[in-house]
Amino acid sequence: MLIKKPSDIKSYEITPESAYFNRRQFMKRLGQAAMLTAGSGWLTACAEENGSAQAQSIAKAKPVSLVSTEGVKQYPAPKWLKEKFPGRKIWSDSTHEELTPYEDVTRYNNFYEFGTKKGDPAKHAGSLITDPWSVTIDGEVEKPGTYTLEDILKPHDFEERIYRLRCVEAWSMVVPWVGFQLGDLLKHFNPTSKAKYVAFTTLNDPEQMPGLKLPFSSIEWPYVEGLRIDEAMNPLTLIGVGLYGKTMPPQNGAPLRLVVPWKYGFKSIKSIIKISLVEKEPPTTWNKSAPNEYGFYSNVNPNVSHPRWSQKRERRLPSSLFNPNYVETQLFNGYAEQVAHLYKGMDLAKYY
Amino acid sequence: MIKKLKPIWFLLALSPAVYLVYLIITNGLGPDPAKTVVEFLGIWALRFLWIALSLTPLKLITGNGQFISIRRMMGLYAFFYVCLHLTAYLLFMLGLQWSNLWEDILERPYITVGFAAWLVLLPLAITSTNKMIRRLGKKWKQLHKGVYLAACLAALHFIWLAKSNLLEPIVYLTILILLFALRFIKKTSKAKTVVADN
Repeated sequence: MLIKKPSDIKSYEITPESAYFNRRQFMKRLGQAAMLTAGSGWLTACAEENGSAQAQSIAKAKPVSLVSTEGVKQYPAPKWLKEKFPGRKIWSDSTHEELTPYEDVTRYNNFYEFGTKKGDPAKHAGSLITDPWSVTIDGEVEKPGTYTLEDILKPHDFEERIYRLRCVEAWSMVVPWVGFQLGDLLKHFNPTSKAKYVAFTTLNDPEQMPGLKLPFSSIEWPYVEGLRIDEAMNPLTLIGVGLYGKTMPPQNGAPLRLVVPWKYGFKSIKSIIKISLVEKEPPTTWNKSAPNEYGFYSNVNPNVSHPRWSQKRERRLPSSLFNPNYVETQLFNGYAEQVAHLYKGMDLAKYY
Repeated sequence: MIKKLKPIWFLLALSPAVYLVYLIITNGLGPDPAKTVVEFLGIWALRFLWIALSLTPLKLITGNGQFISIRRMMGLYAFFYVCLHLTAYLLFMLGLQWSNLWEDILERPYITVGFAAWLVLLPLAITSTNKMIRRLGKKWKQLHKGVYLAACLAALHFIWLAKSNLLEPIVYLTILILLFALRFIKKTSKAKTVVADN
């Protein structure tokens, strides 16, 4: 965001809407100011992290740092967790597409436990108590148990990765996540050879989550999602603990969530309290609610029609009304190189 | 009183559209403005259709015939918002890609039903002039019963559209059923009174 690539400059130059233009100019100036004040600090930090020989790739993959967080409720993360953020590694394979602004990533959310409207989670998720937090690991693992957040997160170094996020509703974002590989977490608990799938469960507490009290919901709570074990072990699959260099806001799934960039957004379950390694494909929330619409795999695929939204293209947010930011949807959300082998020989129209 | 205030009703019914223009100018539509605009216009189309349908039952209950004096205006406002809703969908969601329109109409049931509702309302709007009312005579009344079909299709469109929480569509559906029931009860009781009088 701070160093503009030619394509980015082009996109704002052709945007006629003055307000949109002004905001980008403002963001750019903000970025320039940040470069002047904090730039040298980053470069030193990055050089220490990656070695000075990679100076060029460092310049591209520098940490996302300065964002306006005004008005966005911050997750009251414990001190030990906050302290882990500055030392995060920067992933060199991050997408260099223009980031979706922090205020949009944190104010435009699907988190039905806090309401079904996009603005509801940001409004209501402040009531989520995220500290203390614990996660139960059970099923086919040698070290099952209920662990505190600190037990879960402490052994892992954090990494910043910029991923595309594609919602099945045909909008998309580019988000700088902070997290670590799910595979690394799972290995910690020694899955047995019987572990073929991983099931995740979200907190289910109507006292903290007003959306759970709404009548006439076709969703069975708690929210459950799942992955096949090889999908879970894929290096792209993250446990997200923050975004934009900061701890995760509750509406985005504090304190820890899943991030699976080649699948539709609803697979990336939020505010996880349980991780179960299981032998059979776990029943998942949206699949149970409308099996003709949401499959277990839910890989982003422009060639598989959906009864609600055309999947051929998406609106990259922020989008403007008269100059919409349409993007052609890519197979596996553009991560085919890393994940296509997982589905070799599978009919993706059948296993959607 | 209702009749006298006609210009007020006209301006009030226009105000959601004015508010939307204000939101567009001030960039107040959020990060996904296309969706916001289409949903805003859709819900107001539904509301005006329901308002138009409530005027006859209101007359039947209160005995005040003046409610009918704004029925055409409210019906046309419903059609106005339906047209804007459809236009916004074509323009902002589809980006005028006509091949995708056919895909949507054929493959997505809620769009099929919504489009059908617009098709049903179209001839009603065209025949809403005094001249057409006179020219069509009894047929006009028959034709305009199509509004009940359009309302049912609109309700179905809204229910089908809901992803998980049916609370809002159920509220609208309940009101619609209530409005239909009121007409039916009042009409049958009126018919009975007429029979009794004889």
